[in-house]
Amino acid sequence: MMIGLYGVIAKRNMIKQAISLGLFSTGIFLFYISMAVISGNFVEMGTAPIWVGEPAKAYENTAGRMIPYDNPLPHVLMLTAIVVSVSILAVALAIIVNIRRAYGTVEEDEILDIEAQEAEG
Amino acid sequence: MTSQLPVLLIILPLFGGLFALFMGKGLLPWMWATLVTGVMLVVSLLLFGQVQEHGVVEYLLGNWPPEYGIGYRIDAMNGFILVVVSFIAFISTIYAGKSVDSEIPRDRGRLFYALWLLFLCGLLGITITGDAFNVYVLLEISSLTVYALIAMGKGRDRRALTASLRYLILGSVGASFILLGIGYLLMITGTLNMMDMHEQLQLLIAQGKYEKTILVAFAFLLVGLSIKMALFPLHMWLPNAYTYAPSAVSGLVAATATKVGVYMAIRFLFTIFEPSFSFIEMSASQCLLVFACIGVVVTGIQAIRQDNVKTILAYSSLGQICYIVMGFALYNEDGLTGSTMHILNHALIKGGMFLSLGCVVYKVGAIHLKDLRGLGRKMPFTMAAFTMGGLGLIGFPLTAGFVSKWFLVKGALESGHWMVAAVIMFGSVLALIYVWRVVEAIYFQEPEEEKEVTEAPFSMVWCTWILIGLSLIVGLWATLPEEAARSAAQAMLGAG
Repeated sequence: MMIGLYGVIAKRNMIKQAISLGLFSTGIFLFYISMAVISGNFVEMGTAPIWVGEPAKAYENTAGRMIPYDNPLPHVLMLTAIVVSVSILAVALAIIVNIRRAYGTVEEDEILDIEAQEAEG
Repeated sequence: MTSQLPVLLIILPLFGGLFALFMGKGLLPWMWATLVTGVMLVVSLLLFGQVQEHGVVEYLLGNWPPEYGIGYRIDAMNGFILVVVSFIAFISTIYAGKSVDSEIPRDRGRLFYALWLLFLCGLLGITITGDAFNVYVLLEISSLTVYALIAMGKGRDRRALTASLRYLILGSVGASFILLGIGYLLMITGTLNMMDMHEQLQLLIAQGKYEKTILVAFAFLLVGLSIKMALFPLHMWLPNAYTYAPSAVSGLVAATATKVGVYMAIRFLFTIFEPSFSFIEMSASQCLLVFACIGVVVTGIQAIRQDNVKTILAYSSLGQICYIVMGFALYNEDGLTGSTMHILNHALIKGGMFLSLGCVVYKVGAIHLKDLRGLGRKMPFTMAAFTMGGLGLIGFPLTAGFVSKWFLVKGALESGHWMVAAVIMFGSVLALIYVWRVVEAIYFQEPEEEKEVTEAPFSMVWCTWILIGLSLIVGLWATLPEEAARSAAQAMLGAG
């Protein structure tokens, strides 16, 4: 996650910035997913929740033992967030394509140079 | 029927935007957008009436109880913001008809209005919802559409593209921070409903549990929100974005987007966290006040140094946001009333001023100081609107700006921050200088070359004057908005 944030700040190439943004949001997804994990009695990890008729913290496996399941809420939230992040990337890349057409480059420094020259001339 | 009003407000622009996509090239998409925003205005006024009459309105989506589903919750505060946003939206949609026609290729019109309506859907959604994660999703809807709307200014100036990308990157980082903050809160409270969260947090704070997690959540949220509302020094994305966006978009975005950001900040600081916790224990009060004060001065000076009138207005917007932040960071009733009033006033004034510049763009095609020379005689109505708006920015007596600044200064003195009061005064002096530079060019300088320029189309001037005229009315007759703002302030302070 922090690698992504660093990339957004430090990289001057716009494509790389977009990739860093993607990394950053993926980091956040993992953060949410990891907080959903229930490790139970440290032997059994939580599994996918199965609806057994009433909200229960655990359900029985085939051998009749209780198995804890993960909190499904963060997973659901992240489904939405993944869609959001994909759309952000799509818009970012679309704008970058347009920038490339208008300026002929995707390096931020070069674009700043071009703009500075325009302002003078 | 009336019980379904809250959700109508979101569904209308959402599906309206979708339908706009399928509506040919002519005037149809514009007429459709005007219709939709008009209905939205009516709905939000009705809601506002309901809130004033019966208190808080709650709406449960799909009738799920609030701890499972998403609940909309409207109190005096966001009822007020809803009316402001949908009113500005309605006026600038009428305005957009001519202006967009001249600035954006014909065949893109329907795309423009689709984005326009989705943007409004996001803004109103953020304002109305009572669910923290819903805020994030709608925030992204409104930001994504606004990136695209700004990039549509590329026909006039290709710098719109770089401005939009810069906004996209900073905005997404800001939104990610907000998402992280919400994540930490979810982790310790196990709920996303704002009221639930508030109760749980109060309990945890009282028990002294998870102090560090709350601290981290608070920090992430504060930074993320500051980026979104462009609080100095996290404002770098704003000036260029406003300058190069299409005129109608500048007007709408300047008047609404950052205001909704401020609203979000108020909501998070006052409703989710205890106000006494966020302002006193976390000393957000000092921190925000210091940045806001520096921000007023720095952006004022920046505005004086610009030549592009739209950039001047953009910098002045930054200053005004600092005022609003100051108001609620003072953490007393007068301060919060002042900042709520200022949300309304600034939306009217700055919206009107950007729209009047849009008229200039429509007729003259450029908006540098030298292009405005002598326009006072050629476009008298537009320029008069601009000047009146400018007076409002300065906070001249009898204008709207005066009323809200009055409350801000009163709030500042009440809580003993005389430095803040001084900065507010100094900010007005700076505003006087940058507004004067423009006004001087308009009325007292001769144009370099004589050009035939006539008044802008009726519909555009008319919309500009509605906004500016209303700001004057608010200035002269401030009781009604003041009451609304005060009840909003009381609702926010009473929540804690």
